[in-house]
Amino acid sequence: MLAVQLAGLLDGDPEGTGEALALVDGFDDALVHGLARLSEERAEAPAALAGAFSATPIGDRLAEAAAKVASGSITEEHLTALAGGRAALFGAVHDALLADLDAALGRERAPWYPAPRSEQDTAANLLGGARSWLRELAITGWRGVDHDLVSAVDQITEGLTVVPGLRRLAVLLDGFAAELRASCPVGTMEHLPVRRWADLWTRALLLAQDGVLPGEPRPVATVSGRLLILGVDVHEHGTAVQFQVHAVLEPADGGQARLVRTSVTAAKVDTIVGPALWKLAHDHKVLLAALAGHLSLEVTDLPLLDGGDVIWHDDRASLGKPADPFTTARLHLAGVLAPAVPPLERVPVRIAEPVLIEGYEVTGDGSFDLGGSVLAVDTARLPGCGPLTPKLVAGSSACVGLVRWDGGCWLLQPLAVQAKVKRETVAVGTGDWAQGPTDPKVVKAEARSGDAVAVLRERAGRLLRQ
Amino acid sequence: MNDRSPDGEAVWAHRSRLRVIPPVQPRKLAKVPFVELADGRLQGVVSSGSDISRVYVSSIAAGTHNYNCSTNNNRPCGGLYGSPCKHLQALTAEAVLQYGLDRVATYLRVEVPEGADLIACLSGGHEPAPAAMVFSRFLRHLAYLEVPATTVPIPEMHWFPSEGAVH
Repeated sequence: MLAVQLAGLLDGDPEGTGEALALVDGFDDALVHGLARLSEERAEAPAALAGAFSATPIGDRLAEAAAKVASGSITEEHLTALAGGRAALFGAVHDALLADLDAALGRERAPWYPAPRSEQDTAANLLGGARSWLRELAITGWRGVDHDLVSAVDQITEGLTVVPGLRRLAVLLDGFAAELRASCPVGTMEHLPVRRWADLWTRALLLAQDGVLPGEPRPVATVSGRLLILGVDVHEHGTAVQFQVHAVLEPADGGQARLVRTSVTAAKVDTIVGPALWKLAHDHKVLLAALAGHLSLEVTDLPLLDGGDVIWHDDRASLGKPADPFTTARLHLAGVLAPAVPPLERVPVRIAEPVLIEGYEVTGDGSFDLGGSVLAVDTARLPGCGPLTPKLVAGSSACVGLVRWDGGCWLLQPLAVQAKVKRETVAVGTGDWAQGPTDPKVVKAEARSGDAVAVLRERAGRLLRQ
Repeated sequence: MNDRSPDGEAVWAHRSRLRVIPPVQPRKLAKVPFVELADGRLQGVVSSGSDISRVYVSSIAAGTHNYNCSTNNNRPCGGLYGSPCKHLQALTAEAVLQYGLDRVATYLRVEVPEGADLIACLSGGHEPAPAAMVFSRFLRHLAYLEVPATTVPIPEMHWFPSEGAVH
């Protein structure tokens, strides 16, 4: 990312973003206090949200839903319509932001083609249970949430977790409910993550509609070629961790190089943290070896989804030559084809666009100053399972990272940096410890706390099958 | 930037990517495999020192600080002679390691003077509490380790950034 590109990106929000976000904020504020207690000032919020759609085919449905909710008749159907409205507004904000980012980077993005339909899982009772819990939440409002209301979702998530096609909803509800539980009684909490919880509620309600989640992933193609890793983005809550690898695929047939993501998600518990997380992905040895060793991968016939996600199969990959993420970024990021974003995933939080940035000055608060344009660096969220630290980032001379947008600002999330360690320039990345930590201090600390995964698996073996 | 700082209201209100629950600290799990702050109690499961297949369910209520310890079959712990048994002591010690003293003390609503032991500051007495619910939450906790990993992407995880790099 060049100084002129960053300057272009930071040159004002896309037109209409402020107005769209104001409507979203109004609706989110109504969820804080509960739709059952819409006072005068907040009663307008659902109607204002609906008003934005008056000239569209869903305008009438939204207007009706807003009117009914304001009059106290809060049905699942009305809530779904309003959640759809909020998702559409945020989707439009996402599209405008991503278009700005693509324009600034000069990045070409593939058009979206729908994947073929596949068999649906029929778990109507579980989905219905999830929807009715989400309705109770909306009626009660975050401020009214107590232990009983949170616990009511436990059985539903337990059921959803074991249906492979519904894992997305299970993982989302589990993370959401854990936050509500830890915040109980929410009424006394000082600050509320207002937009975040409305985001989670909205997405959960959409995923809980019958037929939204496919039983099986629906590939649009299979791909083969050389995979060059840029870095790994780690997502984590108490009971799940996702390792999402960002890479450039050089297709075997010689076509244009494309940006892809490939992921491994494992279930876990809150006491499995730090470098021990990698043990949960141990079935994917080839992928872990490539991450830890900075190696390229030769892949054959991997399914490609409509959003640029490649479904990882460890047995269809082999290790290739050394590949440094900085070399990959310098060679490929300028002319790479970025994937389309599927409709349901169009939300600003999903924007995570790989860039290379160098030649910056690090400012006092850790931001990168590139020729006078300042990009905030999200060093508060470097994963504990890797060697990248705020100090390394602050002392770096080049960085491969993800451009994100949150809370009204563009941010850089580092995946790898080039920094001087003991007078030698080295590349340090979030995936370097994929086969175990290499820092003797961290190895020692790990040994002190013992093997959490093994201890809990032993307990599970003994107690779950009695 | 710190999400949990006192002036973080604007950050909290308008950010989508936050870690609302602070990550817990790693600790040895063999003696006390399960600790949680939930349902108005500090509660957990403590391995028996003598029988590898037996566990004790121990809990301390927030506010009243009344405590209980029994086997998972509700047989009372023999160590409760008018004061917390060694299982309860292990539970609080491990809870402090996992969550930090501040978080446990705030949850239990107890003042702990500097340098004092948390358990010595509790004023409650023995009060029977059902062990079955805590034990079933522990089994549910363990069941996560039996759920197979998946390579299907979960886009919703973008809301849950990892954090904790402090080496």
